[in-house]
Amino acid sequence: MPPVRLLTLEINGDTHRLAAPAHWTLLEVLRYKLGLTGSKQGCDKGDCGACTVLADAEPTLSCLTLAALAEGRAITTIEGLAPLHKARGGQGADPVQEAFDRCGALQCGFCQPGMMLSARALLDRRPAPARGEIRAALAGNLCRCTGYTQIFQAVELAAREGGEG
Amino acid sequence: MAARDDHGPGPPWGDEFQVVGRRLRKVDGMAKATGAALYTDDIALAGMLHAKTLRSPHAHARIRSIDTSRAEALAGVHAVITGAAMPVKYGVIPWTPDENALATDRVRFVGDEVAAVAAVDEEVAAAALALIEVDYEPLHAFLDPREALARGEPRIHQDNRHGNVSKHVELSFGDVEAAFERADVVVAGEYSFHGTTHTAIEPHCAVARCGPDGLLTVWSSTQITHYLQRALARVLGLAEARIRVVQPCLGGAFGGKSDPFSLEFCVAKLAMITGRPVKMLWTREEVFYAHRGRHPMQMSYRTGATRDGRLTGVDARILIDGGAYSSFGLVTTYYSGQLLTGPYDFPAYRFDSTRVFTNKPPCGPKRGHGSVQPRFAFEVQLDELAHELGLDPIEIRRKNFQGQHTRTVNGQRITSNGFLECLDEVERASGWKERRGRLARGRGLGVAGSMYISGTNYPVYPNDMPQAGVQLKVDRSGLVTAFTGGNDIGQGSSSVVAYIVAEELGLDPRDVRVVAADTDLCPVDLGAYSSRVTFMVGNATIDAARKLRALVVQAVAADWQVAPERVRLARGRALDLEDGERAIPIREAFQLAEARFDTLGSTGSYNTPALGGDYRGGSIGAAPAYSFTAHVVEVVVDEETGRITVETAWIAHDCGRALNPMLVAGQMEGSAYMGIAEALFEHHDVNRFGLHAGPSLLDYRIPTSLDTPELCALIVESVDPEGPYGAKEAGEGPLHPSIPAISNAVFDAVGVRLRHLPFTPARVLAALRGERERAAEPAAAGAAGEGRR
Repeated sequence: MPPVRLLTLEINGDTHRLAAPAHWTLLEVLRYKLGLTGSKQGCDKGDCGACTVLADAEPTLSCLTLAALAEGRAITTIEGLAPLHKARGGQGADPVQEAFDRCGALQCGFCQPGMMLSARALLDRRPAPARGEIRAALAGNLCRCTGYTQIFQAVELAAREGGEG
Repeated sequence: MAARDDHGPGPPWGDEFQVVGRRLRKVDGMAKATGAALYTDDIALAGMLHAKTLRSPHAHARIRSIDTSRAEALAGVHAVITGAAMPVKYGVIPWTPDENALATDRVRFVGDEVAAVAAVDEEVAAAALALIEVDYEPLHAFLDPREALARGEPRIHQDNRHGNVSKHVELSFGDVEAAFERADVVVAGEYSFHGTTHTAIEPHCAVARCGPDGLLTVWSSTQITHYLQRALARVLGLAEARIRVVQPCLGGAFGGKSDPFSLEFCVAKLAMITGRPVKMLWTREEVFYAHRGRHPMQMSYRTGATRDGRLTGVDARILIDGGAYSSFGLVTTYYSGQLLTGPYDFPAYRFDSTRVFTNKPPCGPKRGHGSVQPRFAFEVQLDELAHELGLDPIEIRRKNFQGQHTRTVNGQRITSNGFLECLDEVERASGWKERRGRLARGRGLGVAGSMYISGTNYPVYPNDMPQAGVQLKVDRSGLVTAFTGGNDIGQGSSSVVAYIVAEELGLDPRDVRVVAADTDLCPVDLGAYSSRVTFMVGNATIDAARKLRALVVQAVAADWQVAPERVRLARGRALDLEDGERAIPIREAFQLAEARFDTLGSTGSYNTPALGGDYRGGSIGAAPAYSFTAHVVEVVVDEETGRITVETAWIAHDCGRALNPMLVAGQMEGSAYMGIAEALFEHHDVNRFGLHAGPSLLDYRIPTSLDTPELCALIVESVDPEGPYGAKEAGEGPLHPSIPAISNAVFDAVGVRLRHLPFTPARVLAALRGERERAAEPAAAGAAGEGRR
C-alpha cells in the first residue's frame, strides 16, 4: 500500500484536514476526497487545462500539483468562485460565470471551470484586457466546442460588467 | 396521424415569436458555470470499484491463451474478465456486428481491448493488468489501405466474404460518359485526406450498478443512449427492460461517443459479477486509440464543365481506410458519395467507394460524417475548374446552384435552400469583389460551399416507430417538465426543447425543466448524430406542446365562456384577446385544465416522411431537409517557412431558422474552428508498428486560443417548410467548406494547389518549390500539370 500523508489544505476559504496517498495530486484530492468535482480531468498530464484552479490567485494545473505542495496556499476551485465574489462584496455568481452563460461560451462545459478560473485571474490582474491579452491568458485551456470566439466575448463582457460593480 | 402532420414554420400564435430567435441562456448554463453539473466521472457510488482495460500491444495477432490467475490473486482485485465472458458480437449498425467487448481470439489494432479488471482502486486495477499473461501469435498487420484492398489474407475479420473489404458501393446517376464527352473542359486530380479525431475534452467514462432487484443501470458519456441500451441487452443477454441507460452531462462528443464502447460492456459485466458499482474512466491515450474519428480517404475526382462553367458530370473513386472495425462504416461509405449532390446541380454523377479494414484504431463518424473528405476534394476541383475557365470562384458556384424545392441527381429531395444567400453574405463580408486579386503576394482569399443532412430517415435498425418522442408533464405550480430521449452533448438540445415548450405554452423558459437521455424516464430518441436532434426532437416537442396547449386553451375558454380563439397563452399568463382586463397566471390555467381533463400531460413525436432514391442505398443520405454553407477564408502564406495562417473565416450558414442565434453561431464557429484545425494542425497518424504517433493533447495539436482565427458567423435563415419553426441543422454542415476554402485561398495567395491534407509547412514548401521549378522550365510546364487530361 502506498504511504498516506496528512494534509492541511485551504480550499475555497475552508481549512480541510485529511489523509490521502502521498503521491496524490491536488486534483485527485479535490475530486475524490472532497467531492469538489467541478475541477475536471481531461488529460491528467498538464496538456488541456481543464483541471485549472487558482492557487493564491495564480492559475495552476491541479493535475500536476502534488496535493502536499498545495499546503499553505489559498486554493480556489470553480465551486469557490461565486462565494469568493460574494466575499468581495459582489452579488450572485462571479461576472465571469454570468458572462460565460450569457455569451453561449458554455457548450459542453467540460473545459470551462478551468477556463473561467484563468479568465478570473486575468481580470484580477488586468481589469480591461485587450483581445490579444485574453487569447494569451487562455492559451493553456483547450476548448473543443466553441472555437473560442464566444469565450473571448464572454471575458470582454465580464470585464465590462465586473468593472461597473 | 396528426402527430406527424406538418405544423408550418410560423410562430404558434400567429404574429411573432416570444422565445424563438432570442439570445437566451441555456437551461444548464449556470450549472456548468458553477461546477455543479455532474458528468459521468463525477458520479461516486458507495462501494464503487474501479476498472481498467488490458490492451493489445500488437496491431494484428491471434490470441493463443490468456492466463488471469495471477491478476485474480492480487489483493484488492474483485474480478477479471476476458472475451470469453462476453462472446456476442455487436456493432452500432446491426448489419455489421464485428466487435467484441473484449477480444475473443484475435486483436486487430494496437489498443484493442483484451481483458478488464475491477479492483478497489485504479492503482490496484493497473497493477493487476500487468499480471495478466497473454500469449499472442503476431500476424501480418495491414497499415496501408491499398495493401488491404489488394490482399485478402490474412483476413482481419475471418467471416468476411470480401477479403479485407469492409464495404463497397458503386452508384451511377445519369449518363456519366456522355457528360464527359459533352464537356468542354475536364479537370481530374488526386486528393487525400489524412485521419483526424474528435478530441472531446471529457474522456470516455462509464459507471454501472446492478441493483438487488436485478436491474442494471449504466451511466455513460454516450451520445446514443437508446442504441447503447440495445447493444448492452444483446451482449449481456439481458432483456432491454432490465437495463437503464443514463447519459449524465456530457463533455463533448462530435461523433466520438456514438458507438457502443468496450468500457460500457465491461463495467456492466463487472458490476453483475461483483455485485458492486463499477466505474471505468479511460485515459487520454486510451481515447486516442478508441478513436472512431474521421476516415482517411484517397480520392480521384473528375469533373466536366461547359465553356461557360456549367457542370456536366462528376466521377469519383474513393478508397476509405476504415481501421479495424465496421463502426458506422457502411453509412460512411454511402455518405462519401451520396452527400455530394448539392448545392450544385450536375446531371450525371458516379461514385465508386471502397472501405477497407486495416489494423489501425477504428474510424467512425466525426462531425460531418463521411462527407467532409469528398467535399474537400470536390470544392478544390471546382476552384481548379473556375481557374481553367477564367471564372470567379464564387460565380461558378452561383452558376451551378441547384435551386430550392428540387431533387438531386441521386434522387434526394431538397426543400429550402439558402446557398445563394450564403454566397452573397461571405462575398460581402469578406470584401471579395473589392479585394480579391488585389492582395499582396502571400495573402489570399478562398471560397467553398457545402450541404449537409439535417437528420436522416435511416434509423440504424429498421422500424416503423417515431424517430423522436417527447413527453410533457404539467405541474399545478405552472411548471412543465419535458422528457426527451434526445442527447444533449453540449450543443444545447435540452435548451431547444425548453425554448419550444415555452414558446408554445407562453412560458418563461425557466419554468420548463428538461429531463433527457434516461431510458427509464424518457421516450425514445435515436441519439445525437446525423445532425438530427433539433429537427426531430424539436418537431416532436412542438407536437407534444400543441396537444397540451389545446387542452389548456379549451379549459380556460370554457371557464371564461368565450371562444377558444380568444384565449392566448403568453408571458406566463392566459389572456383574453378581446378583453385586456382579463388574464390569469398560467398555473391557474393549468389547474383549470387539470380539473376539466384529468391529470395533464401529452406526448409528441416525429418521424421522417418517405424519402430517398428508389435504389439500394437510396435512403442513406436522404434527409427531411438539408443545410447549406459557404465560407470565405483569408490566409497568409509565409513562403520562407511554408506556414499558413488563417486570419479570418467568414462562415455563412443556412440553418433554416435560428431558434437561438447565439447557439447557432456557437455551432458555426466551433465547426469552422474544427475544420481549420484539421487542415493545418491535426493528424491522427499511426506509424508502421500500428502505434499512434502522438496520443496526447500536446502532440495531437488541437488549436489553442492563440491559434484560432477570427471567426465571423453569418446566419442565413431560409425557413424550411418542415423544420421546427423552419429550423435545420447547424452543428456539422459549417465544418465542411473550411478545409477546401483554405486550399483555394492558398492558391490565390501563392499560386500552388494543395490537394493533400494536412497542409503542413513541408507540403507547402514542396509545392512552392515545384511551382518554381515548373516556372523555370516553361517547355515542361504542360507535362507537369498535375492530373490534367
